[in-house]
Amino acid sequence: MREIHCSVITDTVARLCQEANFYLGEDVIKALEEALAKEESPLGKEILSQILENSKVAAQEKLPLCQDTGLAVVFLELGQDVHIVGGNLYEAINEGVRRGYKEGYLRKGVVDKPFSARKNTGDNTPAIIHTEIVPGDKIKITVCPKGGGSENMSALAMLTPAAGREGIINFVVSTVEKAGANPCPPIIIGVGIGGNFEYVAYLAKKALLRPLGQPHPDPEMAELEREILERVNKLGIGPQGFGGRVTALAVHAEVAPCHIASLPVAVNIQCHSARHKEAVI
Amino acid sequence: MKVYTPLTDEIVEKLRAGDKVELTGIIYVARDSAHKRFVEALSKGEPLPFDPKGQVIYYMGPSPAPPGKPIGSAGPTTSGRMDPYTIPLLEAGIKGMIGKGERSPQVKEALKKYKAVYFATLGGAAALIASRIKEAKVIAYEDLGAEAVMRLYVEDFPVIVVNDIYGGDAYEAGRAAYRLI
Repeated sequence: MREIHCSVITDTVARLCQEANFYLGEDVIKALEEALAKEESPLGKEILSQILENSKVAAQEKLPLCQDTGLAVVFLELGQDVHIVGGNLYEAINEGVRRGYKEGYLRKGVVDKPFSARKNTGDNTPAIIHTEIVPGDKIKITVCPKGGGSENMSALAMLTPAAGREGIINFVVSTVEKAGANPCPPIIIGVGIGGNFEYVAYLAKKALLRPLGQPHPDPEMAELEREILERVNKLGIGPQGFGGRVTALAVHAEVAPCHIASLPVAVNIQCHSARHKEAVI
Repeated sequence: MKVYTPLTDEIVEKLRAGDKVELTGIIYVARDSAHKRFVEALSKGEPLPFDPKGQVIYYMGPSPAPPGKPIGSAGPTTSGRMDPYTIPLLEAGIKGMIGKGERSPQVKEALKKYKAVYFATLGGAAALIASRIKEAKVIAYEDLGAEAVMRLYVEDFPVIVVNDIYGGDAYEAGRAAYRLI
């Protein structure tokens, strides 16, 4: 058993919360540059240039890329040979969020009692934590601050098996069409297929963590991603919804076996401020 | 074109969907929870925290100001969530709103009736936008944290007219021009 102290986890999460909010990933910057070259709308081009400029200003001045510094979604891959010492693992993560959001002047955007008082918790906790137990003696932590505007445009459908591939494509395309300008296009589309009601949503979110420009390793899935992207970009929504060729930068899909009666599909929409940073302890 | 706040009928009549505008002057910041309180106040006949006549509301909740800056990152939030509260505010005299995303058909109709405009600014370009905000002060509902009402002084704040008083809609027009399916 390898021992990992909670304080190391807290320090790591605090750092990742800030890095994710200040520094846009190289893959996203590259995808935005490619979008700029491809976009035909003059206003769309101007918007894409400003998004790229924003990422430079944010990095230079250590200002959040977006004022919506998100709900802190934390993916943990916990090695089964790790022994956590010095406290409670989830509390250590929340303490990291608390500290990262305070030290980085990040916005505290979590409310308690969601349908009544909606009182701000004041420190951006609790984080949403997803844990997978994996072989090994390390912990991989990915912090993914997720904004509300794009999350609100996400959707889930329990399709029937007869709906098939076309049913999946139609559901994704109609979800993006309904979202229009709201989720800050150009977007990245996370698609979950299969599993069950709750697992398909997890798959859709996890799909967003894959580096942009890297298709699914299964050719059938890669072809589905390519076709959905092509259809979505025919909608004409364009950068920020003002019309154009680039509505989405990428479609990432993940798949899992499902019940004989079901074909669950989830669409998790990610704005262009696609933030996630990871570390291995 | 350059536009100075507060807005008047004369200014609003000149604006057309798709126009790029640079706003200079005072604008007010309010989002979900503040809107709920505004409308509750109006329904009780109580005054708003500022005189709404001709004013512009920016749908925004900034990140905290780092030392030496008037405000943190400050991009728009999704406007549609404010639709249920918008008409009473237009009745009270609000002339402009800044956000991102589509408005409801009712709000678009009300813009014609009350001679007001809806602008969008660039969602997710919050660090860039912050550089156009020269002063920022919380003026009400401090308990709401990131949702408190603020008064900003902005210079050449870049916006695009989405919905004008003539029924023009820059999102619809843009999408129609590039749609292939």
